Amino acid sequence: MAAIADALTRVPVKASRGYWTGVVARLARDPTAMVALTIILVIVAAAILAPLIAPADPYKGSMIRRLRPIGFPGYPLGSDELGRDMLTRLIYGGRLSLFIGVAPVICAFVIGSSVGIFAGYLGGRINTLLMRIIDVFFAFPSVLLAIALSGALGAGIFNSIVSLTIVFVPQIARVAESVTTQIRSRDYVEAARISGAGPVTIVRVHVLGNVLGPIFVYATGLISVSMILASGLSFLGLGVKPPDPEWGLMLNTLRTAIYTQPLVAALPGVMIFLTSISFNLFSDGLRSAMEVKQ
Amino acid sequence: MPLYILRRVLYVLPVAIGVSIICFLLVHLAPGDPLTAVMPIDATAEQQAEMRRAYGFDQPLPIQYGIWLWKVLHGDLGNSIATGRPVLAEVRRAVGNTLILASVATVIGFTFGTFFGFVAGYFRNSPLDKAASALSVFGVSVPHYWLGIVLVIIFSAQLGWLPPTGAGPDGSGNWRPDLEHLRYIILPAITMSVIPMGIIARTVRALVAEILAQEFVQALRAKGLSEWGVFKHVVTNAAPTALAVMGLQLGYLLGGSILIETVFAWPGTGFLLNAAIFQRDLPLLQGTILVLAMFFVMLNLVVDVFQTALDPRIQRS
Amino acid sequence: MSMIRESDRSRIPKLAADPQDRGGPGTPLLSVGGLIKHFGRTTGLLSQGRSVVRAVDGIDFEVAKGETLGIVGESGCGKSTTARLIMQIIVPDAGDILFDGEEVGSHALSLGEFRQQAQMVFQDSYSSLNPRLTVEDTIAFGPRVHGLSRRTAIARAHDLLHRVGLEPSRFAGCYPHEISGGQRQRVNIARSLALEPRLLILDEAVSALDKSVEAQVLNLLLDLKEEFGLTFIFISHDLNVVRFMSDRVMVMYLGKVAEVGPAESILALPRHPYTQALLASMPSMDPDNRTQEAPVSGDPPNPINPPSGCRFHPRCKVVATLCAHSEPAPHDVGAGHLAACHLANPESGHPRLAAA
Repeated sequence: MAAIADALTRVPVKASRGYWTGVVARLARDPTAMVALTIILVIVAAAILAPLIAPADPYKGSMIRRLRPIGFPGYPLGSDELGRDMLTRLIYGGRLSLFIGVAPVICAFVIGSSVGIFAGYLGGRINTLLMRIIDVFFAFPSVLLAIALSGALGAGIFNSIVSLTIVFVPQIARVAESVTTQIRSRDYVEAARISGAGPVTIVRVHVLGNVLGPIFVYATGLISVSMILASGLSFLGLGVKPPDPEWGLMLNTLRTAIYTQPLVAALPGVMIFLTSISFNLFSDGLRSAMEVKQ
Repeated sequence: MPLYILRRVLYVLPVAIGVSIICFLLVHLAPGDPLTAVMPIDATAEQQAEMRRAYGFDQPLPIQYGIWLWKVLHGDLGNSIATGRPVLAEVRRAVGNTLILASVATVIGFTFGTFFGFVAGYFRNSPLDKAASALSVFGVSVPHYWLGIVLVIIFSAQLGWLPPTGAGPDGSGNWRPDLEHLRYIILPAITMSVIPMGIIARTVRALVAEILAQEFVQALRAKGLSEWGVFKHVVTNAAPTALAVMGLQLGYLLGGSILIETVFAWPGTGFLLNAAIFQRDLPLLQGTILVLAMFFVMLNLVVDVFQTALDPRIQRS
Repeated sequence: MSMIRESDRSRIPKLAADPQDRGGPGTPLLSVGGLIKHFGRTTGLLSQGRSVVRAVDGIDFEVAKGETLGIVGESGCGKSTTARLIMQIIVPDAGDILFDGEEVGSHALSLGEFRQQAQMVFQDSYSSLNPRLTVEDTIAFGPRVHGLSRRTAIARAHDLLHRVGLEPSRFAGCYPHEISGGQRQRVNIARSLALEPRLLILDEAVSALDKSVEAQVLNLLLDLKEEFGLTFIFISHDLNVVRFMSDRVMVMYLGKVAEVGPAESILALPRHPYTQALLASMPSMDPDNRTQEAPVSGDPPNPINPPSGCRFHPRCKVVATLCAHSEPAPHDVGAGHLAACHLANPESGHPRLAAA
């Protein structure tokens, strides 16, 4: 009997730590995710510090030094079709590429989560109505919708961010609604209702903390798609306009050089690929770290 | 079962209407007078007024939508500003090319993707799995337009084996399944297949791993079923979802072909869209998008019904 | 009609003078009349008719202050739905719920006031705790909602942890996944007491625990009941546990009350064939007392299309034609014991009565 009594008041073995501390710890032990995170941080840092670390002016070209190969004196990664230094353009390009890739996801996260949590918590007819509207957007393949919107709105950074946000909001909203509906029927939410709490308090204390995690993981996965799409829009001429440096745009303008300087022509795509795959791998790692449950 | 099909079709109707509304609104999203979007620039004042009345731009929006929808249902998608030809004709011509490309790409993607996915799922956590998973991550992370350029660089610019652009030897408008045209489809199709391959590989891997881990598989093995028998079981269980994903990927490719078609100058709907955007040819843009979106909706419906037919569990609900 | 006899009331432990008491010792703490809840289910977009789940189909009962009412029944009988209807998590289709003589949700007793006086403990100890909150935050949530400062609420949480046998210095900062099932259930109990309620509904609260832990938690509940002067509604499918905990027992079947009365009376002398079958199906410790035949035949009930007349009649051993046509009302068989069976009513016209 004493043993049983002891078992009931037994001290938990591990020191208590929060959920996110555990996630971070597991993430730190995942080599793939850590490498991916490092790459992302390096690219982001380079983009932020561009004026300090770039060797040349991204807009200044030279007609006699066009399309020089990698390793040419003075142009470590070669020069583009207007004689501008590639290394500089790539570093500065990171700024815009990251911006147009990440900004729509952030906006969509905020808007989509709000809509999804709202619909998921309220349930019933409002939920059905909102989800049906979202289904209409799902009836378009994302690329098509992005291009349709961009095509209609016109080129430009702001327009392409708006288009991509509109494309991503339904996806995030759907995930948010699904997770919220699951959480809403949990016993602890019912217990909170029994305690007399109003819906706002319940959402704030009990729902948000449990729901934002999975939505966030989904959103980080979306960044890789967003970067490819955003650069793709610029590739088509619908996003960033010349002479601003952006990886997708550079890929387009360098197409004529694939016969003369193929390596240089391919460089901007390498950056898009590298960033995208890093976000993808990091997102996968994050999901694994968050899925562990006792 | 027929009741279920009817329900799914009825459900699609409001979605289709919603899609048509969005397509309709696209023209009005564009900055500026919508009239300039549908008219050549050099129209006279009387022609403008006439067009305005014909399109009903002086009417409230819902009525305009009604007029537009009525026309659409009768096959009138307007005329292209650039060529003057009916939009429907242009789209019809282009859709064929895109369908061919997308289908070939889907088949390639599905074949390799399923293979990699199966290998990864069966030999979970082995080096084989890691390699296959790496390939599928690659597939979904690579910017496909860049991959196309890289392939052109390698196989066309450097090696000269394959043509860089076009669907046929004389820049012909259409692709035909003969030896001459075969070389032209290889690079675009492979490029296009990479993303579906990655997604299908990922899906199949997860499916296979999940099925193998289920208790009924252990029970089958304990009863002495051979590995081949187990394999057949896995295939039967995974097939519905895998096929559904393949169907969806085909849909995505149809809609998202614009980037690849731009790289390879493939005369499909994507290329058409590109032209429409740059010529501000809004009727063409609107018409093409409407057709593509409807294709996707119908495809989703087919996939849905098909999946239900194969999976008895869904039927009962 | 009060189901609690005067002589029974005197056996119920006397309450210390309760500052929240309004109706006095004679008023039942909870009085439920004609409670109905149907769940509609459309069978499709082109629905040819709704199939309705008659989860709770008209029940009446009372709970006296300071007693424990045990509710037993199989899955689908409506006991959990009843709990949720009382707690107002689900809105009843019809019926009155009076708490200490006042109608819940009325001018005299608002929902908020009721919420402070009636609480519930759920079955699944893990899913009833927010995995992101520490134990003390979970317990302190209710008081904080009702206006207490964080410090006071946490202090109360620590006090309650101590009373349920979990040392606050060790457990207050823990997360649910770090403690065992029995400990979690203690936390649930502490949480339910945080608002100082008078009525506690325990919905299969010990069903998911190991037997040894279950015993400890049950004893804890009895101690707390005594200490705080609580009234319990104890829902379970386990007759032994119900026998241990309850003063009075109510047996439910397919959304209706089959039998209700003092615990010993019901368990020693059940008058409803269903109750008899339930008791007979409990394996005995005595090898001479082996069960020879299955006590109940037929399929478990489906609340969508309940049988006509007496709901138990398709599975009843002593069924008569009368039973399929006419639904028996609960009949007083003496000592506050009511049974909803024609056999219990000498005037029902059941053929077996004449034969006796």
